Amino acid sequence: MAEALSIDTAAGHPAKAAPGATTATLAVEGMHCGGCMRKVEQALLKVPDVVAARANLSSRRVAVTLAGPMRSPDALIAALDAVGFKASPLAEETSAKEAGEDRAYLRRLAVAGFAAANIMLLSVSVWSGVGNDMPASLQTLFHWLSAIIAVPAVAYAGQPFFTSARQALAGRRLNMDVPISLGVLLATGMSFYQTMRGSEQVYFDAAVTLLFFLLIGRYLDLTMRRRAAGAAANLLALKATSATVMLDTGATERLATGDVAPGMRLLIAAGERIPVDARVASSGDGLVDESLITGETRPRRVAAGDLLYSGTVSLTGPIEAVAVAREDNTLLAEIARLMQTAEQARGRYVRLADRAAAIYAPAVHGLGLATFLGWMMVGAGWETSLTAAIAVLIITCPCALALAVPAVQVVAVGRLFRQGIIVKSGDALERLADVDTIVLDKTGTLTEGRPRLIDAGAIASDALVLAASLALSSRHPYAQAVVRAAKERGLHVAARAGVAEVAGAGLHAQDDDGEVRLGSASFCGGTDTDNAEATLWLKAGTAKPIAFVFEDALRSDARDVIGHLAAQGQRLELLSGDREGAVAEAAAAVGIATWAAQRRPDEKIKHIEALKAQSRNVLMVGDGLNDAPALAAGTASMSPSSASDISQTTADVVFQGEHLAPIAEALAVAKLAKRRSLQNFALAIGYNIVFVPLAIAGLVTPLVAAIAMSASSIAVTANALRLQLAKTGVRT
Amino acid sequence: MTAIAWLLPVALGLGLLGLLAFNWALRSGQMDDLEGAAWRALDDAPLSKTPMQDQAATEAANGSGSR
Repeated sequence: MAEALSIDTAAGHPAKAAPGATTATLAVEGMHCGGCMRKVEQALLKVPDVVAARANLSSRRVAVTLAGPMRSPDALIAALDAVGFKASPLAEETSAKEAGEDRAYLRRLAVAGFAAANIMLLSVSVWSGVGNDMPASLQTLFHWLSAIIAVPAVAYAGQPFFTSARQALAGRRLNMDVPISLGVLLATGMSFYQTMRGSEQVYFDAAVTLLFFLLIGRYLDLTMRRRAAGAAANLLALKATSATVMLDTGATERLATGDVAPGMRLLIAAGERIPVDARVASSGDGLVDESLITGETRPRRVAAGDLLYSGTVSLTGPIEAVAVAREDNTLLAEIARLMQTAEQARGRYVRLADRAAAIYAPAVHGLGLATFLGWMMVGAGWETSLTAAIAVLIITCPCALALAVPAVQVVAVGRLFRQGIIVKSGDALERLADVDTIVLDKTGTLTEGRPRLIDAGAIASDALVLAASLALSSRHPYAQAVVRAAKERGLHVAARAGVAEVAGAGLHAQDDDGEVRLGSASFCGGTDTDNAEATLWLKAGTAKPIAFVFEDALRSDARDVIGHLAAQGQRLELLSGDREGAVAEAAAAVGIATWAAQRRPDEKIKHIEALKAQSRNVLMVGDGLNDAPALAAGTASMSPSSASDISQTTADVVFQGEHLAPIAEALAVAKLAKRRSLQNFALAIGYNIVFVPLAIAGLVTPLVAAIAMSASSIAVTANALRLQLAKTGVRT
Repeated sequence: MTAIAWLLPVALGLGLLGLLAFNWALRSGQMDDLEGAAWRALDDAPLSKTPMQDQAATEAANGSGSR
């Protein structure tokens, strides 16, 4: 209750809690439950200057209030990093605007709901009173009360539809909102006129209920898109945006990536992303993880004069390099441009509901007009004719149609979201349902994308602990794999003091027991026989070196999922930038017959275009930056949440976790959703077939209209909800 | 008949009250994080050291908001 009270007081005083206080919003990755929220909030409250922190689980963000002006978000990010959450600062304005728009919709929904409930209360009294003892004067009073509620409610709650319809008409187009607006406005207008005349043909209840249901559909659509857009914004915030530049004076300065000019000397620390394309200037050599560009897991060794690509990660450091390109001229930017071009092709996709509207709207308007003219011709007088025509427009008002698709999509997207599968938009779901060919990337998609120690069982526990104690101080993927292997075995690993890293060779530490080395064969005196590069050696004192062998392991359920998809009639292909041997091996291991190796990003696009030219609908699944253009080119695309930021932003669907099963699950749910949408259309059309002839005949009373309207909306919503429980046959 | 004279205003007034209550909840940011609110109900720990902190946090959350 204390919280509720404080909310009340806060709402009344928009001024800040303390003078000079500032707020910051951070996107927090990996916040899943109440415990995480508390950890995040408490970690932030321990940071000096932080007055308050409030986590938002729905948006995966945390709002922080500081006592004074914020100098840098680094302290906040470090505090969250210490408790295991990756955070990044977000721009304030966008999130505030989104929240405002969201609330405006909810308020309209509430007003429409209030009006619908109360008018229905009055209408039911009128209907049950007709033919009994209700005096005409009381009936008129009830109609007037309805009018007083309905007219402002329609004027306020209907705004989104009216605006959209006006825009469509101004652009000489027809969309679903045109018949909606026309139906609602005509129904309200005519009912008002009939109320003044004391007649019984009053449709306020139908008009407002219609608006209420339509707003539900619209709000569902909006929240779904918002959730996806918010997730994308959180991802983009993770991008490296600054670079350390060495000045002539020898001092260093942090610059925004956009301000880095060719010729500047950059200092790239271990684990940092390379800000722009640059040439190595330092004398020693370092290791760079280029999997982002090439898809290759093994780090590349770079020496003075070698070119570094922006977006790749320096593993050993620091590296000194001279920038050779501006931010918008790098290979990364080139890939982004390729991606945009590929994406334009996808923009031509027309959503199911819009395709339906293109046929529906003119048909409905024609029908209304025909009804009016028909009644005029038989000499019914303009008032009867107009009443019948408006009844047709009310009945055909695409309430079920406008609710049919959003309801299904919200249920489907919500279901997938709970399984860790984030669908970015409704039409992504529609495109996913059409997929008949799946193209997979190897590294990071089919495989886990990080090396794993494979002979861990053969290594004695104390040797593993020793190796891990050295490895803890390195960011090299092999070193991290050693630490993981030790932890998986339940061993306690403590960092060793005095560990030094020799770039391109390994780690060594000197203590009382002698020297310990962990690194390449030559560094440790091992034998360079089997798979020299993929092997790490541990040499303790004078003992014989122990070999560590790594592999990029396939995801544990890769074979099962591929088999399942193939059984579903999907055509599967493996398309990788990796070398041939590795790709062939992975393809054989999971049972994919068609594969191609050493493909560059533009070749991947060409391959997908070729498949699409054979009128195949391609689902691209990839994770690296080198896959991003191909992701955009595919009919639909998915990427694991471990993927590069750009890939995640481009992909229609992002799935979390260590398994591939989400691919099969998402496809299955998308297909189910499409079937439900079509069923809903059938329901809506069936309802029109029954009631439109009645409306044309002038037999639709306000009671019939209200019942028909609500019944059809409830029917499509209930049908959509069935999707929640439907089985997909995929084990996740 | 006199029943209607007071029942109608009461019924409409109650409805209006509900609408206003919803609007208040909306403005004070209670609809911003429906998932989080469900979890917070299970949280045994005291909300914060002082009410002031809580107020400021709510305000921050409202201002820069959800989704």
